[in-house]
Amino acid sequence: MTATLTIGLARASLETKLFFRQRDAVIFTFSFPIILLVLFGSIFEGDLEGTGITVAQLYSAGLIGAGVMGVAFQNLAIGIAIDRDDGTLKRLAGTPMPRAAYFVGKLVSSLVLSAIEVALLLLVAVLLFDLELPTDFSRWATLVWVLTLGLAGAALLGIAVSSLPRNAKSAAAVVSMPYVLLQFISGVYIPFTELPSWLNNVAAVFPLKWMCQGLRSVFLGDAGAALELTGSYELPKVAMVLGLWLAGGLVLCLATFRWTNRGES
Amino acid sequence: MTTAIHVRGLTKRYGEVQAVGGLDLDIRTGEVFAILGPNGAGKSTTVEILEGYRKRDAGEVSVLGVDPGQATTAWRARVGIVLQTANDAAELTVRETVRHFARYYPDSKDPDEVIAKVGLSEKAGARIRQLSGGQRRRVDVALGIVGRPELLFLDEPTTGFDPEARRQFWDLIRSLSAEGTTIVLTTHYLDEAEALADRVAVIARGRIVAEGTPSTLGGRATASARVTWADGYAETGTPTALVRTLAEKYDGEIPGLQIVRPSLEDIYLDLIGDAQ
Repeated sequence: MTATLTIGLARASLETKLFFRQRDAVIFTFSFPIILLVLFGSIFEGDLEGTGITVAQLYSAGLIGAGVMGVAFQNLAIGIAIDRDDGTLKRLAGTPMPRAAYFVGKLVSSLVLSAIEVALLLLVAVLLFDLELPTDFSRWATLVWVLTLGLAGAALLGIAVSSLPRNAKSAAAVVSMPYVLLQFISGVYIPFTELPSWLNNVAAVFPLKWMCQGLRSVFLGDAGAALELTGSYELPKVAMVLGLWLAGGLVLCLATFRWTNRGES
Repeated sequence: MTTAIHVRGLTKRYGEVQAVGGLDLDIRTGEVFAILGPNGAGKSTTVEILEGYRKRDAGEVSVLGVDPGQATTAWRARVGIVLQTANDAAELTVRETVRHFARYYPDSKDPDEVIAKVGLSEKAGARIRQLSGGQRRRVDVALGIVGRPELLFLDEPTTGFDPEARRQFWDLIRSLSAEGTTIVLTTHYLDEAEALADRVAVIARGRIVAEGTPSTLGGRATASARVTWADGYAETGTPTALVRTLAEKYDGEIPGLQIVRPSLEDIYLDLIGDAQ
């Protein structure tokens, strides 16, 4: 167990180092949600009907959720598909490295990258769009648990999805589609009030909607609760759904993970 | 003489295709053993079963006393594997990569010593992406030996090398063997098998069709020799007697004399030809 953790942390530092050495990946992963935030924040000005909440603040909450999912789900799934294709996984499987250490490494490096992403997004939102950072401890605590649960669930889902593409070349296309679709129906780009109820129901099955809802509770405060479909942020439900995804993602990973490309074992 | 690898009746089938059909193999501790065979003969499948990458359908397999189908971490620490195609970790330096892999093993060698041993000390700080194909393979070998393996698998290690790089690579393998490491090598180059291997097995159609030292494989040592001279040629099992007769006839030097035994390649092509 300790070996899994120490080697897992060593892998996390290696993975993080590898990520930052691929400059194009760094720039695109981090800048994408920031550019969207600047764009949406500039296009849609003004307040939301009588709540004193600006549209930019609404987008800040949504794009933090989407940004974390970009790192933990999209970036991770594509990265693992590449690892499978270029021989990383096969080589590791031939060493005495505890297999769980590979996942610890991926999760911890996703955590580091997500933390950087969230910090950057918050900085932009505060400087450009007057987002108010929470002042009480309980909201910060909510931020941490929502992001941690959401990130872990998204990461496990990413690990499971990484087995879908046949090879690294198709990985970006296969992985990006569900990610982009989820953003559209989970209230990141389009207010959920404008979606038909069946689409809202579809979104409610997946973690992104709940992550964004939890984040809105942190950044929009009590005044924003009235804008929710149910008139409440439903934090216990957020915790429950994200927790279920965490457990389900783990089962899915264990059942589907392959150390080689399809047709090679 | 102890046995490093013991295989009896190994079979593996992919759907309709019988990749390995009842293969027996014994590899002794400390020897360099080459496995030859055409593509699709079952060579890679066999080696990957020995490495613990693939499950077998039937048969008895023991590698360092352990069934690789039930590979444990402790067993993995005793086995080094150098794969055929690996393109990973391109943005890490040689030293970072070897140091990192050293952490996986309970009794690893000093990473810098390993880098020196594979002849990459000058490139230790270079990113793997910047290395030539031959240098990359040396990194692969470094990662395969950093854990002090008792047994090392090398899968077609010199494919794509220039002649000089191959010779250097052979010296590296010889020095590993001199340290007592058992080496299992698959290759398409018969000169490589001849230069390195104590024993050779030829796999064709999922079976071993011949096994022996490179010089005696397939009856090579006793095969008839072709004697050629200026005025004729003959196939004979007793070339020395023929040369003696010719020497008397020409009273001294025999013009254009050549005696050729079948090369390992001739024997190999005969063997896999028979099997197909």
